[in-house]
Amino acid sequence: MTSAGITVVGTAARPGRGGRRLPLTWLGVVPFFAYVGVFLLLPTLFLVAGSFAARDGSLTLSNFTSINQPFLVQAFMNTAVVSLVSALVGGIAGALLAYAVVTGNPRGILRRSVTSASGVLAQFGGVTLAFAFLATLGPATGLVTVFLLDHRIDIFPSGVWLYELSGLTLLYCYFQIPLMVIVFLPALDGIRPQWREATESLGGNTWHYWRYVAGPLLAPSFLGCTLLLFANAFSAYATAQALISQGSKIVPLAISNLLTSETGRAQPGLAKALALAMIVIVALVTVLYAVLQRRSSQWLR
Amino acid sequence: MSRARRLKLRVFRVAVFLVLGAFFLIPIGAMFEFSTRGDTVTSPRTLDAWKAIITVPDLVQAITASLQLAVITSVAMLLLLLPTMVWVRLRLPGLKRIIEFICLLPLTVPAIALVVGMVPLYRWIKINVSDSILMLALAYLILVLPYTYRTLDAGLASIDLKTLTEAARSLGAGWGTVMMRVIVPNISTAILNACLLSVALVLGEFTFANLLFYENMQVAILYESFVSAGTSIAVAVASLLFAFALLMILSFIGRPRDRVARAEEA
Repeated sequence: MTSAGITVVGTAARPGRGGRRLPLTWLGVVPFFAYVGVFLLLPTLFLVAGSFAARDGSLTLSNFTSINQPFLVQAFMNTAVVSLVSALVGGIAGALLAYAVVTGNPRGILRRSVTSASGVLAQFGGVTLAFAFLATLGPATGLVTVFLLDHRIDIFPSGVWLYELSGLTLLYCYFQIPLMVIVFLPALDGIRPQWREATESLGGNTWHYWRYVAGPLLAPSFLGCTLLLFANAFSAYATAQALISQGSKIVPLAISNLLTSETGRAQPGLAKALALAMIVIVALVTVLYAVLQRRSSQWLR
Repeated sequence: MSRARRLKLRVFRVAVFLVLGAFFLIPIGAMFEFSTRGDTVTSPRTLDAWKAIITVPDLVQAITASLQLAVITSVAMLLLLLPTMVWVRLRLPGLKRIIEFICLLPLTVPAIALVVGMVPLYRWIKINVSDSILMLALAYLILVLPYTYRTLDAGLASIDLKTLTEAARSLGAGWGTVMMRVIVPNISTAILNACLLSVALVLGEFTFANLLFYENMQVAILYESFVSAGTSIAVAVASLLFAFALLMILSFIGRPRDRVARAEEA
């Protein structure tokens, strides 16, 4: 049936098996496409259509122009800053951890446990993560807060930053670092010890090696992985909802508030426009990641 | 490698493992500590918060619902995805790319954005089909698609699907027999992996449930925290340990096939 198109032309006129086969073959994928159509395509269509619709259903761009309100622009800025900082910190710390792992025994227990734990922790977000940090750094009750207070160190000298954007950034690092380890390890594995030896036999030192050999080779992959981390933080919602719970400090929280507000201030059209803007940003960043990843895989395989 | 450099590398590795180890382990330890605290600072360790879990009806109901959702999502995922993937590999290879693209799509669409489009759909479902929380499984199936597709695809790629199927068919097996007695046993590891991933994902899901106004386990944990911090953290620790155990199992059963694949590449 690989040349289905040709067979059909030849047998369509004749009754019998040949003519019936093609529709039956296609029947096999109908459930999948029907399901995906209803639960992936349809919501996306709702989203796009709704973002261009006014309350009375007429076509409008007002949802997009009303993104230009101070609190929403601020929310986008906040989301970008939190994502960027957590991606950079997570990227650098994750790369260091990955390097520490890669310089050890490749079959050792350390590498196994770090990669397994990273797989688990990269998925670890949301309510549980927020609670973990409340139990650790919560003002007056957190384990570390109390311990430090006993030693006369106040980690909240000028207000509790845990519920602010800096606290959120810290929490995001908790799943960003493990994600970086997972996506960056393959690139580090591609580095060959012979390159280091070659650098040394040509009279180069450690600085030369990182500046002229390993650095340029790893740079595209590092950049790409950091972009992936950025997209990951940009999309995160549950952690922020559990930690901050009020206000529209970041875009996902703003969407959730616009959607669920019970005081008649719900604006589904605006929520859909924001959601569409998020999809566009995340999709762009992901495509960029894919391009960089392909570029770096030319050398590191 | 010179001795000085080896020493430097050693110091670097120890420092990295210590600092990041503390960053990752302390919060989890703190959660345990918090959930076993007594009423006052000086009171002895107690498991009251843990015992209280089963006395909160909302919590029990939500945990049950989440477990049911996890099972339903896994089964539905297998029923939908596996026959489709087998069929496409055998009869419609031209469609493989499209199926793959569709399955990986949810990775690039933030859950918080996708749920906005699902709100009208679920409003309709609640009115016309059922307002049971188990309806969430239909949406969760989309969320688990990327992960389960990759796992099952790797499993199917590792066997000679065509030969196995043709052999079974020529011996008179129907498609049901081929699926259940030939394909499934051959990729059982991949199937188990896909199910474990689905379970872990569903148990940790918050965004869809919260914004579609269902109370699953994560949502209930958040609500409970307004009533009793200790109990909610105890459930959180329990769910975390459960997911941890599942994914640890996964990372260890996933190994052998990995190693075979890598050996073949080399």
